[in-house]
Amino acid sequence: MISEQENWSLVIEPREKWWNFRLKEIWSYRELVLIFVRRDIVAVYKQTILGPLWFFLAPIFTVVAYNFVFGSIAKMSTDGIPGPVFYLSGTTLWGYFSTCFTATSNTFTDNAAIFGKVYFPRMIAPISTVISTLFKFGVQLIMFFCLIAYYMLFTDANLEITKWAWLFPLLVVMMGGLALGVGIILSALTTKYRDLKNFIGFGVTLLMYVSPVIYPVSAVPDSYKWFIKFNPISPIIEAFRLGFTGVGTVDAIDLVYSGAFISVILLIGMMLFHRVERTFMDTV
Amino acid sequence: MSNTIISVENLSKQYRLGMVGSGTLREDVVGWWYRVRGKEDPYLKLGDKNTRDTKGSSDYVWALKDVNFEVKQGEVLGIIGKNGAGKSTLLKLLSRVTAPTTGTIKAKGRIASLLEVGTGFHPELTGKENVYLNGAIMGMRKSEITRKMDEIIDFAGVERYIDTPVKRYSSGMYVRLAFAVAAHLEPEILIVDEVLAVGDAEFQKKAIGKIEDVSAGQGRTVLFVSHNMKAVSSMCSRTLLMQDGNVSFNGNTDEAIDRYLGMDSPKADALVYSSSSTDFADSTVRMASCKINVDGLIKTSDSIPVEVKLIFDKAYKEFHLNLHLFTKEELHLLQYSTDTISAEPGDEVVFNITIPENLLNENQYFLNFNFVENRSHCFHSTKSVLRFTVVEDYAQNTIAWYGKTPGLLRSKLNTTIKKQPKSN
Repeated sequence: MISEQENWSLVIEPREKWWNFRLKEIWSYRELVLIFVRRDIVAVYKQTILGPLWFFLAPIFTVVAYNFVFGSIAKMSTDGIPGPVFYLSGTTLWGYFSTCFTATSNTFTDNAAIFGKVYFPRMIAPISTVISTLFKFGVQLIMFFCLIAYYMLFTDANLEITKWAWLFPLLVVMMGGLALGVGIILSALTTKYRDLKNFIGFGVTLLMYVSPVIYPVSAVPDSYKWFIKFNPISPIIEAFRLGFTGVGTVDAIDLVYSGAFISVILLIGMMLFHRVERTFMDTV
Repeated sequence: MSNTIISVENLSKQYRLGMVGSGTLREDVVGWWYRVRGKEDPYLKLGDKNTRDTKGSSDYVWALKDVNFEVKQGEVLGIIGKNGAGKSTLLKLLSRVTAPTTGTIKAKGRIASLLEVGTGFHPELTGKENVYLNGAIMGMRKSEITRKMDEIIDFAGVERYIDTPVKRYSSGMYVRLAFAVAAHLEPEILIVDEVLAVGDAEFQKKAIGKIEDVSAGQGRTVLFVSHNMKAVSSMCSRTLLMQDGNVSFNGNTDEAIDRYLGMDSPKADALVYSSSSTDFADSTVRMASCKINVDGLIKTSDSIPVEVKLIFDKAYKEFHLNLHLFTKEELHLLQYSTDTISAEPGDEVVFNITIPENLLNENQYFLNFNFVENRSHCFHSTKSVLRFTVVEDYAQNTIAWYGKTPGLLRSKLNTTIKKQPKSN
């Protein structure tokens, strides 16, 4: 065959190297990411009456409930800061993680209709999800800042903005990265082993209880602390709290560990996702 | 560098039938273990030919098996075949929706597919927003879409509705808009699958015109999949005929279509009628054979020579045949009487009766004969002796209508056209 000397721009083969993530191709589709993000934001709230107000309502009710159950009834520690600030700081970042994670773990099933007809790098879909969820996160963040401002200006609550606040963008990227990594691992596995789907729902709830969302790391008994610290989410939430409220148990090593953990998860996720994306249409 | 733009080598695709789920983990592990040791996956050795109607023994089928072909730059390649022949699987592999089981596809340039237009359209978004969304999914740049927006809206003919959410569109408008985006993609290789199934005649014409522009005007390559032989015949220079996951013919479009149509209808010359004894109780005249001497398919532009051979066991002074032509719906189209002959016992007489060309429309027909003596007494009638099918002559029919031509007859009419210039 003479085809050896020709410069084919596209070669489709049954199997590809596991490390060939086609990052360049994903980059060339960056405009599609933006359009997907726009679609997600516009389409969801186009015909609801309250629109983005829903972004506020959900966390308000959650925080009221947490404050009542964990604060007033169970009397759990909030590291000495007002309950609403404590719970909102936890649920805002956690909410971003769980929304991203749940959505990305359904990548293949949710997008089967599009994926079945057109090719584009499949990673575009979960990446867009992680970015478009930032919008909801941003709205809730504004609410969180308003709450802090209220407590700082009108009460004598012991709140403090520390230099850890500068790490905020990094913390969001880490949270998004982790959600993306775990999400695509599960999305890859659920295309073939459907049973895992049942796990995702209660898995998220369980994960919340082993993350410092409704309690601070400082309140965890020493004998269990290693377990909570093993969870890569813990340093992120604690660093976020330390930055904007002045309380939190975290140091640089914890964050480096968390970053390394997330990188490994992302790498594994990309590998699995890449394997599945080429033939998942046959099994869906 | 040759001008080959797509090269497909030994392409195969295996599917698993039935329940996917139970046992897949075990098979994955076994398959993986074989590959780790450098052996062939045992499950790839399994697999039946993909025939829908027969029950196979294996859970695995080959939707495509060892397909090889090449496409040259600027060619419009037709792909035809019955349902389940592997056309859609081939397109899915080419458009990278799924990966092949074995074999490779090599291509130069962007492949865009109209596998199903309107992919990713979101009902809540406006027409314009969906054009951006759909265009980007198909691989267009935002600036490219902005530049072509007016052209796209104009082509779709939905200007008034462009800022309305597409859920308010009629289905026709929806498809027009979707196709308009796809038509302005300008990929190096365009895959078109059954676009003619949608839209009205005006839109069909527009769509076909666009495809012709793309191939002839811009030198792009088009892979055209259709069940509409007329469209295939008028657009494709070369055609692949798919059958049970293989390419059973690759070449001249007219021949490919003949073979495709011939797959269902038995060849006319195979229809030989021989009398059985019960048919002729008095056994005075026997029909030895009745056939149509045509090599291949009978097209609307062909004349149909019917040959009837009779053996006489009794003398007739005046004998003639009446031919009756019916459509398959048993509509009696015509009766024709031959000249009279006289015959002696033992005579073998051959009647050659020709149904002229450009008389019958595409349809199935059957013939009956009456044996008549003394111009008045019909002493025997045959029962649907000979059936035959007339198919469209796609090479002749040049009207830009891609449906079946209506009517029972397909006669050519005498026409003179006189034009009266406008007097001032």
